[in-house]
Amino acid sequence: MGQKLPLERLETIANDIREDIIRMLEHAGSGHSAGPLGLADVFTALYFDIMKYDPKNLTWEDRDILLLSNGHCVPVQYATMAHAGFFDRKELMTLRQLGSRLQGHPERTKLPGLENTSGPLGSGLSQACGMALALRMDKQQHRWIYVVMGDGEQDEGNVWEAAMLASKYKLHNVIAITDRNNIQIDGPTESVMPLEDFKAKWEAFGWHVLEIDGNDIEAVIDACAMGRTIVEKPTMIVAHTIPGKGVDFMEYDFAWHGKPPDHEQAVKALHELRTLGGKIRSEHE
Amino acid sequence: MSNMYLVDLNGKLEAEPIRKGFGRGLLEAGKQDENVVACCADLTDSTQMSLFAKEFPERFTEIGVAEQNLVTVGSGLAAMGKVPFVSSYAAFSPGRNWEQIRTTICLNDRPVKVVGSHAGVSVGPDGATHQMLEDIALMRVLPNMVVIAPCDSVEAEKATLAMAQDKRPNYLRLAREATPIITTAKAPFEIGKAYVFEKGADITLIATGTMTYQALLAADKLFKDGIEAEVIHVPTIKPLDAETILKSVRKTGAVVTAEEGQIIGGLGGAIAELLAENHPAPLKRIGMQDRFGESGAPDQLLEHFGLDAKHIRLAAHAVLGNAII
Repeated sequence: MGQKLPLERLETIANDIREDIIRMLEHAGSGHSAGPLGLADVFTALYFDIMKYDPKNLTWEDRDILLLSNGHCVPVQYATMAHAGFFDRKELMTLRQLGSRLQGHPERTKLPGLENTSGPLGSGLSQACGMALALRMDKQQHRWIYVVMGDGEQDEGNVWEAAMLASKYKLHNVIAITDRNNIQIDGPTESVMPLEDFKAKWEAFGWHVLEIDGNDIEAVIDACAMGRTIVEKPTMIVAHTIPGKGVDFMEYDFAWHGKPPDHEQAVKALHELRTLGGKIRSEHE
Repeated sequence: MSNMYLVDLNGKLEAEPIRKGFGRGLLEAGKQDENVVACCADLTDSTQMSLFAKEFPERFTEIGVAEQNLVTVGSGLAAMGKVPFVSSYAAFSPGRNWEQIRTTICLNDRPVKVVGSHAGVSVGPDGATHQMLEDIALMRVLPNMVVIAPCDSVEAEKATLAMAQDKRPNYLRLAREATPIITTAKAPFEIGKAYVFEKGADITLIATGTMTYQALLAADKLFKDGIEAEVIHVPTIKPLDAETILKSVRKTGAVVTAEEGQIIGGLGGAIAELLAENHPAPLKRIGMQDRFGESGAPDQLLEHFGLDAKHIRLAAHAVLGNAII
């Protein structure tokens, strides 16, 4: 991206992205609500401040790469990409429809600009490791591989296989961000399959671990900047987010992990997002 | 029994594990293309990746005993323009990591080269856990995937070089034990082609991997029985060379398939599907008959499970009997 945007502008964008997520999911009639809403600030920070890329030159050899490992959160990526100029926002309403480039879970071969295909959990980090190994072989270590992971997906063994490998080879070009929202489909992560002491686990695997408020855009930007200065280890940013962030009746409720709002709920959600306690003013058509 | 493809099978045959050819092919592919890289899951010497690893240590990655990571790291390497060969025993890769191969390699369309060594019951004493018999079926069912099972080390070397040039995901099936070298250095190899190793008009024997040599031995015995068998070697099980196979079956009207793996979903399954839709013909399938292997000496096991020339010959007679009826 070009010049830095002021924080207030980034927060407005994040809110617009949340509104689009609600509209897309209501229109699609299926999909995940809580995760994408919770990740809107992380994605805004990545696409509007942190990453270098060019939506008009998708194969630019110096671009940074974003891998979404928890593919079910892809509505937030689609909405953010549309706002960032990858495609027209109108296309967002084709989510999950026959013939759409916006598949229910992300498919790289369908939508230019996506860097991976995911949905089955736990495989994003190891793909990032492969990419970082290639960067090292090619002496291209000015590029960064960002991986957004869910917390529930870290029940998968594949994640920890990758964690060991990244540490062994000191793949510092990998910056992982865990969406630590403490919910998964069957309930709170700590009752489904406890992940704590989460930070200590990643540290024990040899990672540099940062813990932040994942709904604070500035904190996300700062943590990634910090991660890029760590050259002896890969970096894990534990981003504590509120699932369903911005919509009161969805926040913290694991029942919203895997379902969309109906029309009435969408109207209510959009109204809330537009006012947000009067803190910001959103721009609308 | 001599032609452009084969050495003189009546002479003394040299034998070598098929995986040795892969090792040489990978080393050569690495010399030809600096983007060729390799990963292994703690079996570098067994899978013969050691030749490459020694020559190009900076292009080799030791993954450890982690087959899910093996293929997904491969997907990431391919995403950056590398041509990754990722190897382990077939029982573990693609045995354990099928979903990762499906999602991050096939659906994601990345040209990762999955190499499964020690396939088949001829692994021997290690027993059923290590005798991978379902890999052909597992890989054949995946869209985008190419499935290759060379018949000897000479062909394996050529197949490896061809895979390094191929832009699709590939699976290469290798065996542990020494296998007679039957093909010549000049024999052609092209992905997707089947080769008529022996011409005949009475029955078509279709074989892949280690069983191609057994099919040739069976053809020799059948000739003495007064039956001229056509032997087709199918190193590429997917995409299947339907033209070569159907041309032969239209002539002979009877078929026996042979493979060192499960007939369900394997070469036998593939041929049954092809024939049923295009040219129904009497068929017997030699291979593992929906059961697991067990420990034993390789030769003992092959005979015990009916995976040899003797059983191919008997199947041919059975098919021809049915054809007459």
